[in-house]
Amino acid sequence: MSGPNNGVMVVLEATAGRLSDVSLELISLGKDVANSLGGPLVGVLIGASDVALTAVGCDIVDCYVDFGTIGYSSEMAVTALSARVEAIRPRLLLAPTGTLGLDLCSALSVAFDATLASYVVGLSVDAGRIQATSQLYGGKLLADCDLGDGFAIACVVPGSAVALQLGVGDVEVSNHSLDAIVGSLAIEPGIRHEPEASGVDIVAAELLVSVGRGIGASANLEVVQELADALGVPMSASRPVIDQGWLPKPHQVGKSGKKVKPKVYLSFGISGAPEHLEGMRQSEVIIACNTDPNAPIFKVAHYGTTLDLFDLVPELVELVEG
Amino acid sequence: MNIIVAMRQLADLVEELEVDSSGTDIDREFVKFVSNEWDEAALEEALCLKEAYGGTVTVVGIEEVDFHQTLHAALAKGADRAVELTGDFEGWIPTRQRAAALAWFIRECDFDLVLTGVQAADDLNGQLAGAIGAMLGVAHASVVTNISVEGSEAHITQELGGGVTSVSRARLPLVLGVQSARQAPRYVPISRIRQVMAEATIEKVPVTGESFGNTPQVLRLYAPEASGTATMLEGKPKEVASAIYDVLVAKGVAGSRKGN
Repeated sequence: MSGPNNGVMVVLEATAGRLSDVSLELISLGKDVANSLGGPLVGVLIGASDVALTAVGCDIVDCYVDFGTIGYSSEMAVTALSARVEAIRPRLLLAPTGTLGLDLCSALSVAFDATLASYVVGLSVDAGRIQATSQLYGGKLLADCDLGDGFAIACVVPGSAVALQLGVGDVEVSNHSLDAIVGSLAIEPGIRHEPEASGVDIVAAELLVSVGRGIGASANLEVVQELADALGVPMSASRPVIDQGWLPKPHQVGKSGKKVKPKVYLSFGISGAPEHLEGMRQSEVIIACNTDPNAPIFKVAHYGTTLDLFDLVPELVELVEG
Repeated sequence: MNIIVAMRQLADLVEELEVDSSGTDIDREFVKFVSNEWDEAALEEALCLKEAYGGTVTVVGIEEVDFHQTLHAALAKGADRAVELTGDFEGWIPTRQRAAALAWFIRECDFDLVLTGVQAADDLNGQLAGAIGAMLGVAHASVVTNISVEGSEAHITQELGGGVTSVSRARLPLVLGVQSARQAPRYVPISRIRQVMAEATIEKVPVTGESFGNTPQVLRLYAPEASGTATMLEGKPKEVASAIYDVLVAKGVAGSRKGN
């Protein structure tokens, strides 16, 4: 096994003929690092075959184009990526934080003894060493770390870079089949299920009243529900509320839920973990109520209050009901 | 059906976290450590699987502050065996080191499934499931929200984001990073935990010198600069409510329904 070259490999995903936003962000981050290292930027596309590959901004694109039709398998992804890493020996691999990135990064770091950093929000090169900034403890702390001078992997948080504006350029595209891999998998490619249609449509709502862990208990939901009812708008929630079974899945905002952009996002007891912010930061106006003045949500909110929601919400209900 | 659940402690995120004098770790002295919430989901799913298919649940983790509380609670909830791996575990333990110790223990066990939390808020060095899977040479999957078993096969549901899920048929054994269990983690009364503390034993297994490879070197740990643009609304609840209501009216999302 030879040592790594100076290339940067980015794991790309595409749906409906276009690269995902986070893929374009990874290309943007990867291109800067590749320029600093003086190596090529190699994209490995996992997904549909109808993407305009001349425009991805990479020097080389390796495609596994069958994933979209075969279905997803974590083991297939790891096996396919391992083969490309083995063949290309990049200096740095970038993957998006999400199911694909979580499935890939730890396993590849063990297989190739690569230095892995998760939750990466920034990357730089200093005297040939790759350095990363990671967002930890639900966004409360940042860590600058040195990933050394060998093969490194960064699992990057979506929204960490400006998506590269793509121009048409020369790109060397090679296609790889998954046929040889599929036959021997312990985890077979899965059957995709779109989210169930439900009565609630939090994406279409102009105002959302959203609750998080700070609500404390299921019974306390009634307090906020009363406000949502008075306003005639749906309730949404962050992951802990959904995982506890206090509200059904279609109400979830965030990475594993829905992305929302209402005119006003009014949140109670949501601290603002990066996965949640990803789903609501595009809202026109964000109003956050959280008793912790250091809660990360105040970094994206336009208006904030540290009042106890149980004191505040009844007052709001009174105003709304006139 | 033999299930191993890898659990761990984590600084309680509800508390304020301070950076210690080295500038590269949190101050561990005064912070409270609690069980990683995703590990609790993994335990719950394991207990549900045991109830459905029989077998055993073994809970294992490395020696950490208050880990006995987590183990005792797991036994009280229905786990059969609690194991604490002892050794040179200090401070902020990289995922690779944790995974190496766990894989060393698990390798000697008879298991069908290894379940652990999908992530932890300080796992800078990657998530546990993929690392354990790679070390054991066992297939793994993350962000798992449902598991059902039929003979030597399982059906696993993974979230792919945006509400899309993928259901795969898979051959046991597997290592799975659990996002959520089929039900919220069960409650166990403190009296039951006390009873377990008096009766049950935690097995201590020493781990020595497992090599774990390259990990990132933390240069600096710090709170992000307050880039916040939030205008803090001060005053009594009535005044703050009024200010919020004014914003809702100005954006045209409240007010028109008044009197309905």
